[in-house]
Amino acid sequence: MTLVSGWGRFPVVDTEMLRPRAFAAVADAVVSGTVARGNGRAYGDAAIGAVRTVAMTGFDRIRWFDPATGRIRLEAGVLLSDLIETFGPRGFLPFVLPGTRFVSIGGAIAADVHGKNHHCEGGFGRYVDSILLRTGEGELIEASREQNSDAFFATIGGMGLTGVILEATLRLRKVETGWIRERVISASDLDAAMRALDAGDAATYSVAWIDCAARGKDLGRSLIYLGEHAGKDKLPAGAAAFPAGKHPGLGVPIDLPPMTLNRFSIRAFNELYYRMGARRAGGTHVVSLYPYFFPLDSIADWNRIYGKRGFLQHQCVIPENGARDVLGEILGRVARRGDASFLAVLKKLGQGEGILSFPLPGYTLALDFPVRGDILNFLDEIDRLVVAAGGRLYLAKDARQSRETLEAGYPAVPRFNAIRKALDPAGNIRSKLSQRLFDGV
Amino acid sequence: MTSRKSVLVLGGSSDIGRATARAFAEAGYDVALAGRDVAALEPDAADLRARYNVELGVHTFDVLDTASFEGFVAGLPALPDVVISIVGLLGVQESAQSDLAHATAIMRSNYEGPSLILGLFAEKFLDRGSGTLVGVSSVAGDRGRASNYVYGSAKAGFSAFLSGLRARASRGSVHVVTVKPGFVRTRMTEGMKLIGPLTVEAPVVGAAILRAVEAKSDIVYVSGKWRLVMLVIKTLPEAVFKKLRF
Repeated sequence: MTLVSGWGRFPVVDTEMLRPRAFAAVADAVVSGTVARGNGRAYGDAAIGAVRTVAMTGFDRIRWFDPATGRIRLEAGVLLSDLIETFGPRGFLPFVLPGTRFVSIGGAIAADVHGKNHHCEGGFGRYVDSILLRTGEGELIEASREQNSDAFFATIGGMGLTGVILEATLRLRKVETGWIRERVISASDLDAAMRALDAGDAATYSVAWIDCAARGKDLGRSLIYLGEHAGKDKLPAGAAAFPAGKHPGLGVPIDLPPMTLNRFSIRAFNELYYRMGARRAGGTHVVSLYPYFFPLDSIADWNRIYGKRGFLQHQCVIPENGARDVLGEILGRVARRGDASFLAVLKKLGQGEGILSFPLPGYTLALDFPVRGDILNFLDEIDRLVVAAGGRLYLAKDARQSRETLEAGYPAVPRFNAIRKALDPAGNIRSKLSQRLFDGV
Repeated sequence: MTSRKSVLVLGGSSDIGRATARAFAEAGYDVALAGRDVAALEPDAADLRARYNVELGVHTFDVLDTASFEGFVAGLPALPDVVISIVGLLGVQESAQSDLAHATAIMRSNYEGPSLILGLFAEKFLDRGSGTLVGVSSVAGDRGRASNYVYGSAKAGFSAFLSGLRARASRGSVHVVTVKPGFVRTRMTEGMKLIGPLTVEAPVVGAAILRAVEAKSDIVYVSGKWRLVMLVIKTLPEAVFKKLRF
């Protein structure tokens, strides 16, 4: 047995870890209580099998690529970072870039990950044309919008619960460069931040970083980052059309002691970050795609900042109507509590693609909390606010929500379970997450 | 336009083989992969074609079938600029101690086959007056240890062969590189206890081989730490060394 956790390092659980080398071996690897795991970037218990976990990162081959259409067929263990580095210099990028590039394609499909362009261009699933799936029953099916469409839409955002994703066909975006024209706007409070995001609807990329240590009249003060792909004519003289992506070198080598993050250090960090960002506000400048899309990827193992007890990320989405009041209430409680960390992100989402996809039209707020004290109770209370507003939580980040919260937020759960049952009558595909939230008790 | 350089990777379906082929394809080389099972090489070949838009061939090559070597070399569409031998068999030391067939397979896969095929290419390269040969040997060949001396002795033989070949071939503008990877996390070492700080991933080895070929290095320890470790191991007096069981 192996002790495994998600990126948040909570919970840590025992599982049988298998690393098959051939698709035929995947078939043998699936027993009752199995789920596939990509690069382990889901925060909670999504990619940990109830009994057995099948590591897919060894399946990292590109099958074919058609430069005329930008279509690509690849194995599920290929990382987004690999796609960016290999095809970026050839003028192609994934349409959707989430907050880290170290996710597998299988994981990106299973979580239907979103990026800073979700409000206008949708999530990862929108650019998936078809999926080769090994169902829990052992059948190999090719699922697309035209063929096995139930399986297709249940697999996008389905948290790996429809079977093992082996391969996928995606569409890539044609780009002139790997640079982004970025505009930073500083917003003095939550209303200003939401107005700035609304005004940024026309921008391809938009996201707000919130200073969650700010309180009172400063509550919700933010920096809004808008971005567009930069054409060749916009590059600084002498710049390569595609920037080199430096792999994180030395990151956080040890688990930091629990006192590292306290209300004073968080306050100081947030204050500094806000002031530095605000100085850049107003103008437009050209930045490499790496710091623009993946600011935290430059620090290897940043999850260790939270110490060995791990952390929880709480990411909710609130429908547009009434979002202002609920977000204000959540941020107010977090500010009073004082231990939310430096990653607080607000952005607008559009319609989700899959049956169980997280996004819905509205605002999503992501907050990090170290695992300590009464944090679980605190988050349960936040969940009640989210549910009352018609919102829901992102399963890829979740390690602790209740079934009630899930079922209130995701009315399609029964339909999802029915499709799952049809693909896997014996219920072989089960994760720690599905045991917690989906499976019969 | 200058024509592109070409590399032949023997043992192309191993993890180090894949990583090496990838490093060379990324650097713009046309690549040929050779291995026992051509069908198993095809997905890797397709992967490199899709990624780097390079010419990619696959060929059947069995390191134990030495009788086929001359035909194999003659059957290649063109003589490559670089030939890299990554073939090898770790085997199981305990079995090899009593199972002569297993011991023979280890010795032939790590010494006889790789030496003969690189020797054959060396003659062709010397006739042409150019070329680079790379043999992936092992730190295990630096001194026979209790825990893996069948494998280690075969690698020692291969290292010695490469050393002699290098001395002879250098006069004819043919370069020979000996690579000693140390611990690498691959299928071959799966389940083995590897010492973290002394262990590298296969892509690191691929990159090191590419660098060694371009820089015309002679003997390459992929991780500098291994040079030091092996220096210590090599200089231990036999009276002390024979008491060690590692």
